[in-house]
Amino acid sequence: MSFDNPWIHGLVMGLILANVALVITGYSIWFERKFAGRMQNRPGPSVVGPWGLLQPLADALKLLQKEDIVPRSADRALFNLAPPLTVFCALSALAVVPVGPGVIVADLHIGILFALAMGSLTVFPVWMAGWASNTKYALLGAMRSAAQSISYEIPLLLSATVPIILADSFRITDIVNAQLGGKWFALWPPGPGIAAFALFFLCSLAEANRIPFDIPEAESELVSGVSTEYTGMKWGLFQLAEYLHTFIISLVATTLFLGGWDGPGDNDGIIWMAIKSLTLFAGIFWIRWSFMRYRADQLMAICWKFFLPLGLVLVMLTALWVHLI
Amino acid sequence: MSLHATPHPKDTVKWTTVGGVRVPVHLLIPNLPDPFMDIEDYEPDADLMVLNMGPQHPSTHGVLRVKLVLDGEVCVKVTPYLGYLHRGVEKLCEKLSYVQITPIVDKNDYVSPMMNELAINMAFEKLIGAEVPRRARYIRTICAEIQRLGSHLLWLGTFGLDMGGAIGGGGSIFMHTFRERELLLDLFEDLTGCRFHYNTHTVGGNRHDIPAGWAAKATQVLAVISKRCIEYEDFVRGNKVFQARTVGVGIIDPVLAIDLGISGPVLRASGVDVDLRRDQPYAAYDEIAVNVATDPGGDCFSRYVVRVDEMRESIRIATELLAGVPEGPICSLKPVKLPGAVKAKHGQGVYSSIESPRGELGTFVVGNTVRRQSAIPYRCKIRSPSMHLLQLLPYICPGNNISDIIVTLGSLDPIMGEVDR
Repeated sequence: MSFDNPWIHGLVMGLILANVALVITGYSIWFERKFAGRMQNRPGPSVVGPWGLLQPLADALKLLQKEDIVPRSADRALFNLAPPLTVFCALSALAVVPVGPGVIVADLHIGILFALAMGSLTVFPVWMAGWASNTKYALLGAMRSAAQSISYEIPLLLSATVPIILADSFRITDIVNAQLGGKWFALWPPGPGIAAFALFFLCSLAEANRIPFDIPEAESELVSGVSTEYTGMKWGLFQLAEYLHTFIISLVATTLFLGGWDGPGDNDGIIWMAIKSLTLFAGIFWIRWSFMRYRADQLMAICWKFFLPLGLVLVMLTALWVHLI
Repeated sequence: MSLHATPHPKDTVKWTTVGGVRVPVHLLIPNLPDPFMDIEDYEPDADLMVLNMGPQHPSTHGVLRVKLVLDGEVCVKVTPYLGYLHRGVEKLCEKLSYVQITPIVDKNDYVSPMMNELAINMAFEKLIGAEVPRRARYIRTICAEIQRLGSHLLWLGTFGLDMGGAIGGGGSIFMHTFRERELLLDLFEDLTGCRFHYNTHTVGGNRHDIPAGWAAKATQVLAVISKRCIEYEDFVRGNKVFQARTVGVGIIDPVLAIDLGISGPVLRASGVDVDLRRDQPYAAYDEIAVNVATDPGGDCFSRYVVRVDEMRESIRIATELLAGVPEGPICSLKPVKLPGAVKAKHGQGVYSSIESPRGELGTFVVGNTVRRQSAIPYRCKIRSPSMHLLQLLPYICPGNNISDIIVTLGSLDPIMGEVDR
């Protein structure tokens, strides 16, 4: 039994990476609150621990202590199953994302498809939660979520097809290796690469229900959307899944378009992966705190009238590029 | 005054007449149903859902309950239900003496208490025949304009919340406008000792004179806010998402607005040039020119434009008045020691109205001629602009998404304390 055994390797790596991702997610919430505070002329969390660093722990403790309420009219089994399932789906996508050279849980040959599939599977637990809550707001939120996820799935996959064509592989490690030495797909080929990166980034925001595409949550209209009836740690799991999803999106976008762990010169390593993905992650927060949200029908219009044709054109251009050069 | 960055869609909107009222034809439901139809008359096969939005809902601006009949996510019929915040203020006024009423009506429009005080004391002065000294009239006008600015700042913040949510871009606007509102509340605190429910207006003048250095401080604060208004314009007006959410949403026909008794910024945003500050000057408005902001669009974006223009105008008026506050007494009557000191001499009704941030805030007072009750009004009716605004909802909301209904409601800026009284 050595570390080369895929089972052992997967188990150890999975444990490490999942925990690292969860800690980063917890601290991203602290970072986001601090960041939002700075944007809004207030200090943000500053009481619990130095610079409010223990705030995520305090939040988790508070959520754990809260009364766990299940509405009488809710479908109890589905209601309780939905929050862990969202976290499961979000975390599963992490399995195929290489964080550094060799630092990967399972190097699947269809890695990128698996990651996107797991990301889009979250629509099931979300719909499950909306249906099982037996509340009108939750139901509306779940319907919006389903429509949004299914629509944005298509341009997301189309934009991910660009690096797949360029690297000639579905394996994310191969995609990163093709970019080593500064040949990032976001920069090269000029044109389709950066456009595909932008498209992937925007569609991922929609997939993860982030502003300006967070209409399933839309707390000004739907109170809290899908998570309206959830309390305590179950609600916390929804939030955790959302942030995890956002984090994994940043990782995937980095590997697909920004060269993964490729650094300047020969300085490749996990540190570059961390810098790039966390910058993207912070960019998502920045967008969140400066934009309002679109309306549901406008969101669909953007997807079907603009993103989808753009994705198709990008795939064709990339195919042409590969064919000619 | 219009500073439009984008063209208005008013000319492209088709209009139809339903039940004698002109309403825009919506794209989502081509055949707009009658606002007051029996819901059974709508398509019998449609799967309709009734959603009671409020009285506990983050975006109904208080305890408004709106019954929505939804076809999918498109609203078919809207019925606002009022009265969740009814406190019997008008009845209470019939039990209190004239000088005791001011702190009660402070709580009506709780976003702009100065306006309530001014409105009710103007009516009492008209009934009693009390003169207001020039200095007091200046102080009243300055307070009114600063209060209008504060009220519109709060509106801009909550409008952002309606569109962007508390956790998001809307929250950022909200926090910034509240930073400015805080400066204004500090000014009021220096002037009256209270941050919110001031009780500074009284029959015949004001209770609190301007403290030393206040005028300079107020001018400075207004200059700061004037600069920050430009920041809001950058943050909001040019924002594509903001435009997508507001332009062409909740269009109000001027004829419908006049029929329903709408006044204030909402009416002016439909292109009707009416402003009581200019048309029927009270306090010190006869000594200063008021540029009335209007916009022809009639949609939520126009209401934003009108309110932001009014904010700039308020800053200008208050700054100009602060530079020339005349010397003299601030109250024409002796300081009131006993509640019964101010008495009405006749039992006739008088009506006086002011331009509050939400529209025409009127007061109808009837004096009491029974000898022992001459210090309390016989009847005190408050005409609040917000209540008229809510009557618009059944006309302008059907055919829109839930999201648009929230934005439309936010753009009307109703204050539930004033609606229900």
